[in-house]
Amino acid sequence: MKKMRIMLMVAVLTITSFTFQFLSLNVPEAHAFSQQTIQRGATGSDVIELQARLQYNGYYHGTIDGVYGWSTYWAVRNFQNMFGLEEVDGLVGQNTKDMLVKSTKFYKDFVYAQINKGRRFTHYGGVPLSIQSAPSEQQIQKARQAAEQRKQQQEKNYKAQGNQQQQTQQNKQQEQKNQEQQNKQQQEQQNQEQQNQQQQQEQQNQEQQNQQQQQEQQNQEQQNQQQQQEQQNQEQQNQQQQQEQQNQEQQNQQQQQEQQNQEQQNQQQQEQQNQNEQNENNQKDSTAVNIPAGFSQNDIKLMANAVYGEARGEPYIGQVAVAAVIVNRLNSATFPNTVSGVIFEPRAFTAVADGQIWLTPNDSAKKAVLDALNGFDPTGEALYYFNPDTATSSWIWGRPQIKRIGKHIFCE
Amino acid sequence: MIRGIFIGILSIAVIGTSFWGYKEHQEKNAILVQAENNYQRAFHDLTYRVDQLHDQIGSTLAMNTRKSLSPALADVWRITSEAQSDVGQLPLTLLPFNKTEEFLAGISDFSYRTAVRDLEKDPLTEKEYETLKSMYTQAADIQQELRKVQNLVLENNLRWMDVELALASGQKQMDNTIIDGFETVEENVKSYSETEFGASLTSMKKNMGEGFENLKGNKISEEEARKVAKEFVENEVSDIKVTENGDGANYGFYSISMHDKKSSADINMDITKKGGYPIFLVQNRDIKEKKIGLNEATENARKFLKDHGFENLDLFESAQYDNIGVFSFVTIENGVRIYPDALRMKVALDDGKVIGFTARDYLAAHKKRDIPKPKVSRDEAAEMLNPRLELQQERLSIIMNEFGEEILCYEFLGTIDNDTYRIFIDAENGTEEKIEKLKNPEPIFQEV
Repeated sequence: MKKMRIMLMVAVLTITSFTFQFLSLNVPEAHAFSQQTIQRGATGSDVIELQARLQYNGYYHGTIDGVYGWSTYWAVRNFQNMFGLEEVDGLVGQNTKDMLVKSTKFYKDFVYAQINKGRRFTHYGGVPLSIQSAPSEQQIQKARQAAEQRKQQQEKNYKAQGNQQQQTQQNKQQEQKNQEQQNKQQQEQQNQEQQNQQQQQEQQNQEQQNQQQQQEQQNQEQQNQQQQQEQQNQEQQNQQQQQEQQNQEQQNQQQQQEQQNQEQQNQQQQEQQNQNEQNENNQKDSTAVNIPAGFSQNDIKLMANAVYGEARGEPYIGQVAVAAVIVNRLNSATFPNTVSGVIFEPRAFTAVADGQIWLTPNDSAKKAVLDALNGFDPTGEALYYFNPDTATSSWIWGRPQIKRIGKHIFCE
Repeated sequence: MIRGIFIGILSIAVIGTSFWGYKEHQEKNAILVQAENNYQRAFHDLTYRVDQLHDQIGSTLAMNTRKSLSPALADVWRITSEAQSDVGQLPLTLLPFNKTEEFLAGISDFSYRTAVRDLEKDPLTEKEYETLKSMYTQAADIQQELRKVQNLVLENNLRWMDVELALASGQKQMDNTIIDGFETVEENVKSYSETEFGASLTSMKKNMGEGFENLKGNKISEEEARKVAKEFVENEVSDIKVTENGDGANYGFYSISMHDKKSSADINMDITKKGGYPIFLVQNRDIKEKKIGLNEATENARKFLKDHGFENLDLFESAQYDNIGVFSFVTIENGVRIYPDALRMKVALDDGKVIGFTARDYLAAHKKRDIPKPKVSRDEAAEMLNPRLELQQERLSIIMNEFGEEILCYEFLGTIDNDTYRIFIDAENGTEEKIEKLKNPEPIFQEV
């Protein structure tokens, strides 16, 4: 009889543990976007999803690059406008996200696979994904047309719904209210579901507690009966079970280790394959960058080179200052109008003259250049600077001096 | 025997070294020639352009019909900008040659401004005609001097590399013909007063060098500047050092450097002497992993501005650079954006604190304005737009035109294909004031 009880206990335990596993699997993972409100200029995985979803229903025709630029902004605004969201502001908040998630799909694995491979791709809805990897111009046009038809259809449906529900077309406020209500209802539903889940969990907890109580009762009975032999048997069995468990755990660990090894190997292989693209692959969040208006990445690189060559021993503010002088020269009528023109102007920068400009710049220099291009000017509009310890030209000493930063004197 | 081997090895070494030396010498010469050629090209180009410039200005003066002036002036503008670029390539930066450069810039600006104007409706004034004439004579002088130098260079086979060397060695040899020649050119140009280009032209020199005339408040002391800085920085700071501006500055300011213990970073800041307004603040610290979104950072920036008395500001640009958010704000008054009143902020996306602030433009431009009523209706303005443009957004705004005047415009934002354009139509007379193609995110080029 005792053995039967033990067997039963084990059976109950295993069943409960299974149900737990199932439950944890069944919890829906609906939230794909993160919590942040996405606004213009943002970069990262949220933007990739936003662009992919907007392309799915035909609002966005640009590249899915993970940078919220102007094209994305107009797509968001048109989407918000068409679906009567409360504010057409290009800010992607919870309502817009909900609406997007409801009306579109996002093939995350496909998108990231394409991004990692560095392929050109599209993410239009209703077109097989296999066609959309490295598509030809014609295929893109076809997919785009299909998506735009869907978009029109969706818009029609949406409007028709609005008409049926309210029979007032133009009262957007009411639509908005309606949506808010819907959202609230959704939220309530979600809350209810969550509550239900919680209740289920609580029930299970109770069951577990009951089981524990049963166990304790059993133990008590056992103690009361003081049947040492059976206890010993039990202990032996327990020990055996423990041993088995330990063995299993060890096996599991081994398996995990093997998996990890395999993964590592895979990664290594991938790394070997992608050595060239490694840098880009590490930042899978976006395949483009924000650049201050009027400049290019190459300009920034060139300027960072010059700043590093000229001021690598200076404090950060001194580096920003040198970069700001380059920007001031660009804006000045008496200097060349291009970054390369200013930098390569003979004898303008000693780093150019002695080849130090070709040293590899560090991140600090790049940051300083970005600051200067974004309008930071610690120099007070200086056009020249010099190091008083090494300056040979007497002419430079005659320039009106504005201020000193680090080792350099900045002048007009 | 050993001696023989020794001699053999030595002689091989000597021959080897001399061969190597010869090679090196050859290479050096090749590079020198290359550099010399570049300088020569720039120099001869310059003289050629000044020739051309003189001729072209002359022909514009000779023109009877003012209608054909526009293309001719545009040509002048083209030539001057090419001449400017040639000057930029010559090793003259440390020579006092900036007057000549300024002269070229002046011609360039004048010709551009008049060339783009509708001369049919708004012909050259008598004064502008005079300006054109004086430019003609000045160009003739410069041309003369440059030709002299050019002649000497060709006659005596002078090399620009020698100028380089003369400048690099620090001891200016007074007999260097080229340097002397250019100094003469400079002397000549100096004798022309700047005002000859007319009052409107001097105001055109961007708004750089403009002081902070619109600021209110009295001059503050160093001690007060210290106080302002402490209040402006969010964390506790130590090691506060205050220095005054040098004599060459366009406006008075205090430079303050501080140390922020909490993030162990230096903070630099400038504060105007008049009124004690912050001009800029830069904090350099390591920014940790990104924790907050761009939107939340914007709210932080807004709150910071409000807390420090900057009001009626509207976010107009935001961009994320790795884990830094950069935001531009402009004044908004009765729904009209005032672009000259711009200030920028940098917010770290790890803790959402402000790490950068610059308000130079804002302080220079901000004042109380009477915004006029538009004389052209919105629809009339919209007719000016390219019909291919898909209109997305519109508003009224005040911008600074090329002549440094503030004008009220209809601002239209629209798209053609995937490109976005910002178009300003003058709200007073309905002309296209400015067209900007807005920058798309730039793809990261994969290195192959």
